[in-house]
Amino acid sequence: MGERDGHLLTVAGLEALLQALTAQGRRLIGPTIRDGAILYEEIEGIADLPRGWTDEQGPGSYRLRRREDDALFGHVVGPHSWKRFLHPPRRELWRARERDGEVELRPAALPEERLALVGVRSCELAAIRIQDRVLLEGPFADPHYRAMRERIFLLAVDCGEPAATCFCTSMGGGPQAREGFDLALTEILLDGERCFFLRTGSAAGAALVAELDPPPADARAKSAAAAVVERARASMGRKMPEADIRDLLLASLDHPRWERIAERCLACTNCTLVCPTCFCSTVEDTNDLLSGETVRSQRWDSCFSAEFSYMNGRAVRAGTASRYRQWMVHKLATWHDQFGSSGCVGCGRCITWCPVGIDITEEVAAFAAGAAVPAEGD
Amino acid sequence: MAEAQTGRRRAKKPRLAVWKFTSCDGCQLTLLDLEDELLAIAEALEIAYFPEATSRPLRGRYDLSLVEGSITTPEERERILEVRRRSRHLVAIGACATAGGIQALRNFADVAEYARIVYARPDYIRTLASSTPISDHVPVDFELRGCPIAKHQLLETVAAFLHGRRPHIPTHSVCAECKLAGNACVLVGAGTPCLGPATRAGCGALCPSFGRGCYGCFGPMENPNPPSLSDRLAALGMEKETLRRFWRSFNAGAPDFRRESARHGP
Ligand code: SF4
Ligand code: SF4
Repeated sequence: MGERDGHLLTVAGLEALLQALTAQGRRLIGPTIRDGAILYEEIEGIADLPRGWTDEQGPGSYRLRRREDDALFGHVVGPHSWKRFLHPPRRELWRARERDGEVELRPAALPEERLALVGVRSCELAAIRIQDRVLLEGPFADPHYRAMRERIFLLAVDCGEPAATCFCTSMGGGPQAREGFDLALTEILLDGERCFFLRTGSAAGAALVAELDPPPADARAKSAAAAVVERARASMGRKMPEADIRDLLLASLDHPRWERIAERCLACTNCTLVCPTCFCSTVEDTNDLLSGETVRSQRWDSCFSAEFSYMNGRAVRAGTASRYRQWMVHKLATWHDQFGSSGCVGCGRCITWCPVGIDITEEVAAFAAGAAVPAEGD
Repeated sequence: MAEAQTGRRRAKKPRLAVWKFTSCDGCQLTLLDLEDELLAIAEALEIAYFPEATSRPLRGRYDLSLVEGSITTPEERERILEVRRRSRHLVAIGACATAGGIQALRNFADVAEYARIVYARPDYIRTLASSTPISDHVPVDFELRGCPIAKHQLLETVAAFLHGRRPHIPTHSVCAECKLAGNACVLVGAGTPCLGPATRAGCGALCPSFGRGCYGCFGPMENPNPPSLSDRLAALGMEKETLRRFWRSFNAGAPDFRRESARHGP
């Protein structure tokens, strides 16, 4: 099939690929500009992509900027992640009503929609892999997640220009999509012409390539793609300290730094809700005024809310320091014990979208420095 | 079925009362605004006192009293005691009833001075020096925040009381509602001043959904950190005087907002 060597796709070829996905009955979801940010929304084709735009990111700050070229994927990740679609913010689980003294339970229908996710980054593939472990491979698989996941098509894109907040290379990843995609693109210029080096990662991807029949990539296209990824790898905006973070954090549970963070942290939940791996949700039962029909629904929750740790009449984690500690220690330390990897993929969203710009890499660095000089704290 | 759940009178519908103190009526109008559900409410409950819908006040006891408005006069201070006596459950609704409302701005000033400026005959005005929430005067079973309250929260609270369960009224920030709705953050994405990270959810992130910062209508969230948010707003260029006023509006009397406002000026 030749997928190991890759193909060359023109911009028109990419449009044809998107239309072929649509023709399969899939809804296309991809990056598009709305409300001054690049969000993941329904798109119809490449005209909806943020062509010629990029995102400038820093702690607590995000701005769109015009690029000097017309790159289609010359941006990185925004406030949305694909968990919006795989593990949606709100959904109904079941309804119950009493009929002739019997309780009648009706589970909500599982989604039948087929999505194609366009422009999935390597860190996001890693995040989906992590959510798979949590929501599919644990003792209780989530049927909704499974239904979405089984039908999904993943069109990945390698990153060319990481943001100042990116640190995927510190978390075992990198700017290049390596596994878990159906097709992957690297945006390149050949003789001044914008095109894509196309790699195939699954049978579904191979079938599409066979249908579209693009030309094979030559050595020049391949080395251009390799150069894009290399440049990106060398320009990561941030890095996580190289210490054994799991042991470091577990040894720092009583560190004074937690209280220092809590002086700034707003306990607003933004970091957890933008994180592509955070999966916590709560369930609520509501009922109709008259009929008494009960609906149980699920919605995203966060370890930064009081309700999250509410047990036996009170919130166990009353203060912000304990909530931030819960988040970071779970994400970077006990996640290893629970799910066999870190819970962080280095996408930088929690840094950008924290209103006060608390930086997970800076905080870990402070713990690492504090561990070296225990008397000082940091 | 609904009646059976409330326990006391099987045959009779539970009685709902709406009481008004110092307020603009906006919150009780939310009840009328429940167009689709109003019939169901009227069927499930006897609406026993509802100044905006019927003109004659009823006597007796009430299963659920919704209290709108703050306490600003000596008469109101007495009347709320009477309302509490007549109510099995008392729910304070809106920024006035839960924090003193916009009229709590008087708490920062000299009321006699205000009266002299505003009224032709200030000697006709009999008022207290401060505007205070219902909970300062009587025990309150539940509070619904907002200026005005949110329709769906009112409905949820009424349904919950009818069925004897705890209402699902989140106490976390507005930010969570923005993120659930898929909004791009106006503070991070545009540098727009926003009180959302310190304000309780409930409105469905109404203002940020239209590109504006949150004005704090639902008052402080649980466990807020106003000084840190002020630092951020100051870094974005907000002056001390603006900060003082930013924290001091519909929920000026809520302790967390009052304290923060006072840090930036008298
Ligand atoms: S913890 Fe932060 S950097 Fe890591 S995956 Fe989550 S949002 Fe991205
Ligand atoms: S770390 Fe930042 S985003 Fe997360 S809860 Fe604290 S203030 Fe909000």
